[in-house]
Amino acid sequence: MTDNSLAGAQRIAAAQNGQWQPLPHISSAALRWGLNAAALIYLVLVYFSVDINWARVAQGLDRGVAFMASFFSPDFITRGGEIAIGLRESLTMTFVATVLGIALAIPVGLGAARNIAPAPVYYFCRAIIALSRTFQEIIIAILFVAMFGFGPLAGVMTLAFATIGFMAKLLAEDIEDAQRDPMEAVRATGASWLQWINYAVQPQVMPRLIGLSLYRLDINFRESAIIGIVGAGGIGATLNTSINRYDYDTSAAVLLVIIGIVLCSEYLSGYVRKWTA
Amino acid sequence: MLKLTGLTKRYATGDLALNDISLSVPAGQVLALIGPSGAGKSTLIRCVNRLVEPTAGAVELDGRDISKVRGGALRQARRQIGMIFQNYALVERLSVMENVLSGRLAYVGFWRSYFRKFPANDVKQAYRLLARVGLESMLDKRSDALSGGQKQRVGIARALMQNPKLLLVDEPTASLDPKTSRQIMRLICELCQEQNLATIINIHDVALAQQFVHRVVGLRAGEIVYDGSPDGLTPDILTTIYGEEDWSLTHQDSGKQSDNDQNDDVEAAIMGGHP
Ligand SMILES: Nc1ncnc2c1ncn2[C@@H]1O[C@H](COP(=O)(O)OP(=O)(O)OP(=O)(O)O)[C@@H](O)[C@H]1O
Ligand SMILES: [Mg+2]
Repeated sequence: MTDNSLAGAQRIAAAQNGQWQPLPHISSAALRWGLNAAALIYLVLVYFSVDINWARVAQGLDRGVAFMASFFSPDFITRGGEIAIGLRESLTMTFVATVLGIALAIPVGLGAARNIAPAPVYYFCRAIIALSRTFQEIIIAILFVAMFGFGPLAGVMTLAFATIGFMAKLLAEDIEDAQRDPMEAVRATGASWLQWINYAVQPQVMPRLIGLSLYRLDINFRESAIIGIVGAGGIGATLNTSINRYDYDTSAAVLLVIIGIVLCSEYLSGYVRKWTA
Repeated sequence: MLKLTGLTKRYATGDLALNDISLSVPAGQVLALIGPSGAGKSTLIRCVNRLVEPTAGAVELDGRDISKVRGGALRQARRQIGMIFQNYALVERLSVMENVLSGRLAYVGFWRSYFRKFPANDVKQAYRLLARVGLESMLDKRSDALSGGQKQRVGIARALMQNPKLLLVDEPTASLDPKTSRQIMRLICELCQEQNLATIINIHDVALAQQFVHRVVGLRAGEIVYDGSPDGLTPDILTTIYGEEDWSLTHQDSGKQSDNDQNDDVEAAIMGGHP
């Protein structure tokens, strides 16, 4: 105690002379240095425990360089038709899945917000969200490809399913963070539940809902390239085929198209966010 | 008009916020509810419109007990009770007009309210009320772009759009400057007189309350310790309500305010206005 107040007095005296530094987050010097040392030792141990085959890395590096080099000579023409079909399929999948996913996510999100849903509904909706978020898109895609066969239907189902968990969770969190006073005020007017949602909740969460929807559209497009690899259609299928043929010039073209579209959606969402603020 | 019988509220945390409160308020009466922080003022008015569920007791509105109604009947009861909040509680992203019209929600169907197609009479009334509170030119403004005093005026208009019989007001002036506070209190009291509403106002500023209300109820630790005229608030009584303190200044103050016009000058001087 006296030790502390002594140090405090010293700090105050130092501050009077213009010397001040924030207190360290961890007050014990021994613990502070001990933790740093532990982190370093951990890194060293990790390095030695991962078995790195440098010969294989060197070999693969060549292939990687070839892949990279092909970015300077992307080939949009030879397989142009396939790229266009894959792209159109991916865009369609993305849009349909996003719209469908959000339409389903809104009721789930409302039900998963603790401040507006009764307990049984809350737990049910949280369970749906947990289920949807537990499985990686690839795993769901494999399941849906098995159920619906190869092609974009499996892709749409996969993306819509993943969208529900993502959107509903973030929407529910936003609803839980909404200002309570206006919600009480609208309830106090005698509004019905739907009117209450429409007047007190929706205006508060709309900007974020729009922002998240655009973000999810973007994610879904990127995911559509990945799940194509396991047979769920879209541009991912085109990419997979080209990689299997060691046709890296076409792969590079596909990747450039994906990058271009993601960039576009980035600018678009920035613009829309400004507009909905 | 409003009659509370044996109203009791114990929160889940165990706090006994209201202990067997009985009180009745006739139409046209403005009642100030005063008491120290935590006395249960907010709890009391929230039990009336069931934003808080009372633990026991009855809340009668025009002779009908509304303390246990649910669903449609509860909404029906709520629409007869206007409420004004300390923090205005406007929906900030909605326009002034939408906020005011939201007072009509219990009178129109969902789709009408969804498309903002309110009956012409409702829109007319909303305009009249906005004009009455001096904000008719701001009807399309987003309500987060208003000052505190303007927001409170919108809050008042929203409450009156319900055509209520009872008005519940929770510290309407706590976030406002002294002059705006007086204007808002005057406005609320005038409107209540015009429409013959029973009104309960929670307020911390005793002098301000004495200036405007008909009746004062003092609450302490969930029980009524004073119920009488504003003039009867002697230092002794203030001590029973709030605890030991030197009340001479407050009391002198309220004495002065009864010889009216003089205090407008004081007010103007404080606010730096012109005499
Ligand atoms: N949601 C709640 N849960 C548990 N206890 C609560 C809750 N709200 C209020 N209380 C308790 O009930 C008592 C009365 O609170 P209330 O808000 O009614 O006081 P108040 O008179 O309005 O005070 P203030 O003047 O500060 O607004 C307090 O002891 C408070 O701690
Ligand atoms: Mg209060």
